[in-house]
Amino acid sequence: MTVQTREAFDRELAGLRDDLLRMGALVEEAVRRSVEALRSRSVEGAEAVIAADNAIDALHLELEERCLMLMATQQPMAKDLRTIAAVWAMTMDLERIGDHAEDIARATKRMADQPLLKPLIDIPRMAEMVQQMLRTGLDAFVQRDVNLAQQMAAADDEVDHLYGQVFRELLTYMIEDPHNIQRATHLLFSAQALERMGDHATNIAERVIYMVTGTLKELNL
Amino acid sequence: MMLWDHAIASALAKGEAIETGVPSQLVVEDLHAYFGRTHAVKGLSLDIAANRITAIIGPSGCGKSTFLRCLNRMHEVVPGARREGRVLLDGEDIYAPSVDPVEVRRRVGMVFQRANPFPTMSIYDNVVVGLRLNGIRDRRVLDEVAERSLGQAALWDEVKDVLARPGTSLSGGQQQRLCIARALAVQPEVLLMDEPASALDPASTLKIEELAKTLRETLTIVIVTHNMQQAARVSDSTAFMLAGSLIEYGPTAELFTRPKERQTEDYITGRFG
Amino acid sequence: MIAPGSRAGARRRLTDRVMGWVCLAAILVAIAPLASLLGYVVVQGAPALNWAFFTHLPAPVGEPGGGMANAILGTLTLIGLASGVGVPVGILGGLFLAEAGDGRLGWWIRFTADVLNGLPSIVVGVFVYALVVVPMHRFSALAGGLALGVMMIPLVVRTTEEMVRLVPSSLREASLALGIRWWITSLRIVLRTATAGVITGIMLAVARIGGETAPLLFTAFNNQFWQAGLDQPISSLTVQLFTYSIAPYDDWHRQAWAAALVLMAITLLLNIAARAAGRQRFTVGR
Repeated sequence: MTVQTREAFDRELAGLRDDLLRMGALVEEAVRRSVEALRSRSVEGAEAVIAADNAIDALHLELEERCLMLMATQQPMAKDLRTIAAVWAMTMDLERIGDHAEDIARATKRMADQPLLKPLIDIPRMAEMVQQMLRTGLDAFVQRDVNLAQQMAAADDEVDHLYGQVFRELLTYMIEDPHNIQRATHLLFSAQALERMGDHATNIAERVIYMVTGTLKELNL
Repeated sequence: MMLWDHAIASALAKGEAIETGVPSQLVVEDLHAYFGRTHAVKGLSLDIAANRITAIIGPSGCGKSTFLRCLNRMHEVVPGARREGRVLLDGEDIYAPSVDPVEVRRRVGMVFQRANPFPTMSIYDNVVVGLRLNGIRDRRVLDEVAERSLGQAALWDEVKDVLARPGTSLSGGQQQRLCIARALAVQPEVLLMDEPASALDPASTLKIEELAKTLRETLTIVIVTHNMQQAARVSDSTAFMLAGSLIEYGPTAELFTRPKERQTEDYITGRFG
Repeated sequence: MIAPGSRAGARRRLTDRVMGWVCLAAILVAIAPLASLLGYVVVQGAPALNWAFFTHLPAPVGEPGGGMANAILGTLTLIGLASGVGVPVGILGGLFLAEAGDGRLGWWIRFTADVLNGLPSIVVGVFVYALVVVPMHRFSALAGGLALGVMMIPLVVRTTEEMVRLVPSSLREASLALGIRWWITSLRIVLRTATAGVITGIMLAVARIGGETAPLLFTAFNNQFWQAGLDQPISSLTVQLFTYSIAPYDDWHRQAWAAALVLMAITLLLNIAARAAGRQRFTVGR
């Protein structure tokens, strides 16, 4: 049985994949820079992140549109259908991660006039983990590797764990001195943003598993 | 009922997916069909659920039409054609020596790829021909049957005032619905459709598909189609055939999103045939 | 590509025109004998046509006047008898060949029909003479009808077979799939669809046998009077024409021409009717 290719369609699918990876790279960069700006209290850094989010949003809309068009014009089935559906969902999660990075940047701007409440340790670690999760998720997508995707569940647990730690620590700061509340709250929101990013990255892993196996499994436990 | 147990047993044995709780109307056991020396259908076994639409898909020449014609004993009409295996309709083998093929064909009706209304007959005559040529002449009965069948075929409103017009004066889509009405007039239990909409425009195609879905309530339908999107839209279960063999059979939604066999996947993603 | 105004183009156009004229000339040459024949018969026969011709019996030998009313009726009777034999046998035979004639039996039947078709009509006449006239000890309309009918059979068989084969097999299949028996399908669906063609074939066969003379000489013989019964000799236009034209009477010669004209007219009418029947009410396909 000779297997032919649908050349134009396969090129489109490859294009979707490449652009999703590009979006992933942009988002990963946004996460890194937003936390960097937070740590160094850099207003320019924060503003750069906020401006760069426009590109992420535009890419999201474009990818969504292309997925829709491919569904309408190519009548994809089975593996192709799942791939396009997965890409569609993943762009949404990536876009949300980008928005959360933007939130961190805004918090940075609001705290700019005051010194840091405490040296940041856990928050940058959370950010590192989130970036690693993003890389793993996108690798799993490209290699269609289910095992790799499933590892993200464990990583998300760690992020959640760190978030709990940060939460408790900041709580003590707030109880200690009411003047700390404002800065603590901003830091808390930033930590929460990172925790949400972890959840979205786990969604990406779920989509990869669906794309490969056809079953939708919840990894956020 | 023994038929039901048999159906479960064979499904488990071959990993076929069937809906639970739905009895099988047609059970095909190890069917082989030949045209002279050509082996067109190779050992096909299948359970066709009652009151459901089962689609048969596959590339040209895979034997799906031949298989369909074995279900109403039309295969043997071709000189040099023969078959082995059993086809059970409600538990009885239609190929048993004591069974009259004409009787089988009354219970299992067929609609063909190209609409073929009888050209010397009017619309009315076409619809009732199956009854009339089998001895039923009572005008009242025939009138009733004509209205009922044309209604079932969603054609009554369009032709009720012009029943005396020749059958061939209708448009392509209407002619096909006329042929469906003609087949329905003899009240079959199963309706076989061999690519019924392949010669029609998209609007007529959709009408035929809608019709199949309404007919499902009273009939079992088996539809052969080379149009996968049609199979996906219309059917409850789909069987994929390749070179005379059954490759995969399962609920339509599953087969088109998560096919189990590589060959099925290649075919439905358009990367083969 | 030859340019329109070039010399090669002009030569081709000229050749085209010349060939056109040549073809036209060929047609005229082919039609000329037929046209002159028609013309001659009309010119000779029309003057002898009168009311008496169609209504009176032949006058006794030597007397002028009289007509060929009995011959006209005789020809029609013989055609009727022949059709009674030829049409049912021919249609059923043709139907059989079309539906089930792809094997050895079908081959032999077709072969036999073709041989019969080519048989000299006088041989058919002798055959029926030996078979029917001798045991009956008399010439009869029945024998004549039988002889003509036997000649009709191969024609009707072949045309019926051709017409039935033209019926798309999808119609046969549709009928069978409805649970209609094979022979009912053949007769009521397939044959009915081929009706126009079959009728055409029958009419052409009738036109052919209507003009036969030789077989009638041995079977129906001739009769100067009205038909007494089917087991009696019967007159026919063809035999009467033969008889009159070799006789020494001028009056009879003129009547023979008139008979020829009437025969031609009958043949013409049958052919026209055959064409009209060919345009049936509901045709196959759109």
